[in-house]
Amino acid sequence: MKTKRILTAAAVVGALLSAPVMAGSVDPAADLKAVHDYFAKKFPETPFNDFINGVYSIDPTSRAQWEAIEEFPPYEPNIDKGNELFHKAFANGKSMADCFPGYADGIRQNYPHFDAATKQVVTLELAINQCLEANGEKPLAYKKGPIADVSAYLAFQSRGKVFDVKVEGADALAWYKRGRDHFLAKRGQLNLACADCHIYSSGTYVRADLLSPAMGHVTHFPVYRSAWGEIGTLHRRYGGCNEQVRAKSFKAQSEEYRALEFFHTYLSNGLEVNGPGSRK
Amino acid sequence: MKTFKHAIATAVSVAALLGSLGLAPMSASAAEGASSVDKGKEVAFDRRLGNCLGCHAIAGGDLPGNIGPPLIAMKARYPERQALYDQIWDATKRNPHSLMPPFGRHKALTDQQISDITDFIWTL
Ligand code: HEC
Ligand code: HEC
Repeated sequence: MKTKRILTAAAVVGALLSAPVMAGSVDPAADLKAVHDYFAKKFPETPFNDFINGVYSIDPTSRAQWEAIEEFPPYEPNIDKGNELFHKAFANGKSMADCFPGYADGIRQNYPHFDAATKQVVTLELAINQCLEANGEKPLAYKKGPIADVSAYLAFQSRGKVFDVKVEGADALAWYKRGRDHFLAKRGQLNLACADCHIYSSGTYVRADLLSPAMGHVTHFPVYRSAWGEIGTLHRRYGGCNEQVRAKSFKAQSEEYRALEFFHTYLSNGLEVNGPGSRK
Repeated sequence: MKTFKHAIATAVSVAALLGSLGLAPMSASAAEGASSVDKGKEVAFDRRLGNCLGCHAIAGGDLPGNIGPPLIAMKARYPERQALYDQIWDATKRNPHSLMPPFGRHKALTDQQISDITDFIWTL
């Protein structure tokens, strides 16, 4: 009896692996549909736009507690600091605000994007440092601190805007594919892929941690994590998830992680920005 | 509770009995002549080693995950000890997409540790 049930579980995972999500030819639109349909079926109680709440979108128990925390959010000082920094005059008299016209209406949802001129994926944090350097200022460290503050401020200005990452042309598709490959590849001594935990096993527990769905992951970054005791960027989290399977992490804003963010954010197309967020 | 009793019934030494009751497993196995069942349990429960509780409910372990099935009635399902050893050594052999880490193939555990874990799991 038991054996049968386990064999069935294995067969289900096997079938999913051969579904369009994992198929050889890469078609972003098909990926998106497969992933959205998969999670809609897996978590029928969760309305589409509620996936922006990460693990809390599927866990009524911890949700109430989390909502109480969000009433006096631990990231509020970060938004204030980000605001200050964003408007602070550079030595040349300009400020970051000059680099990001339209910030007041919300720009977070425009990142990451593929820049055809440079053939690079540009993330918000990368753009912040490009702005600083273009104005003769020193770039910021990428994982935490001031860059996360500015990112938090810009995300806050963008709440409610909808992600719509575009993958157009062969070069953009190559970036997408690289990120997708990272997401699907088993890695590390523990031999686990992002998809193993955040697609196939989402909704189950690793020890005491409920695994969140990948769709809606990026919408609330940067995140104040009690485990960090501070705010951190998406790439900091990527490093942590690589390391917990005993794989080597990549550098924040490396091509590898920008490609991953490009793919990962594409999976959240149609969802709203709700950053910054708080997590345990 | 039933599997617990079962474990007790099949325990091969006093030390193993202490281990399966959750009584100071560290000192039990640190003791001279700790059985392979004891040692296996310790390695299985250690977060930095087997961390089997990360994914499986196991009698005597707190806050188990549920990515994998509960490990119960193992002798019934694995009449052959070697098949159980093989599953722990490299779960991807039976299921290439398995979420279970290939502990032996990836050298996360030594063959001796896997042998001890097998003895322990077989008592469940
Ligand atoms: C061994 C399982 C495991 C693997 C493999 C894994 N993660 Fe995670 N991840 C977790 C756990 C546990 C958490 C914390 C609970 C949660 O939100 O899912 C987490 C959290 C996250 C978060 C934060 C979600 C939030 O709402 O704040 C992101 C983003 C993330 N993972 C991305 C990834 C990516 C990308 C990969 C692959 C490079 C990956 N994870 C691989 C277990 C895993
Ligand atoms: C990251 C998750 C994970 C970890 C850690 C893990 N397993 Fe598993 N295990 C699974 C999954 C999933 C299965 C289901 C079958 C498959 O996919 O291979 C499984 C199956 C098994 C089976 C076969 C069960 C059956 O009834 O056929 C045994 C035995 C087993 N695991 C033992 C262990 C032991 C012992 C450890 C620790 C040394 C361990 N597992 C660690 C995920 C895990």
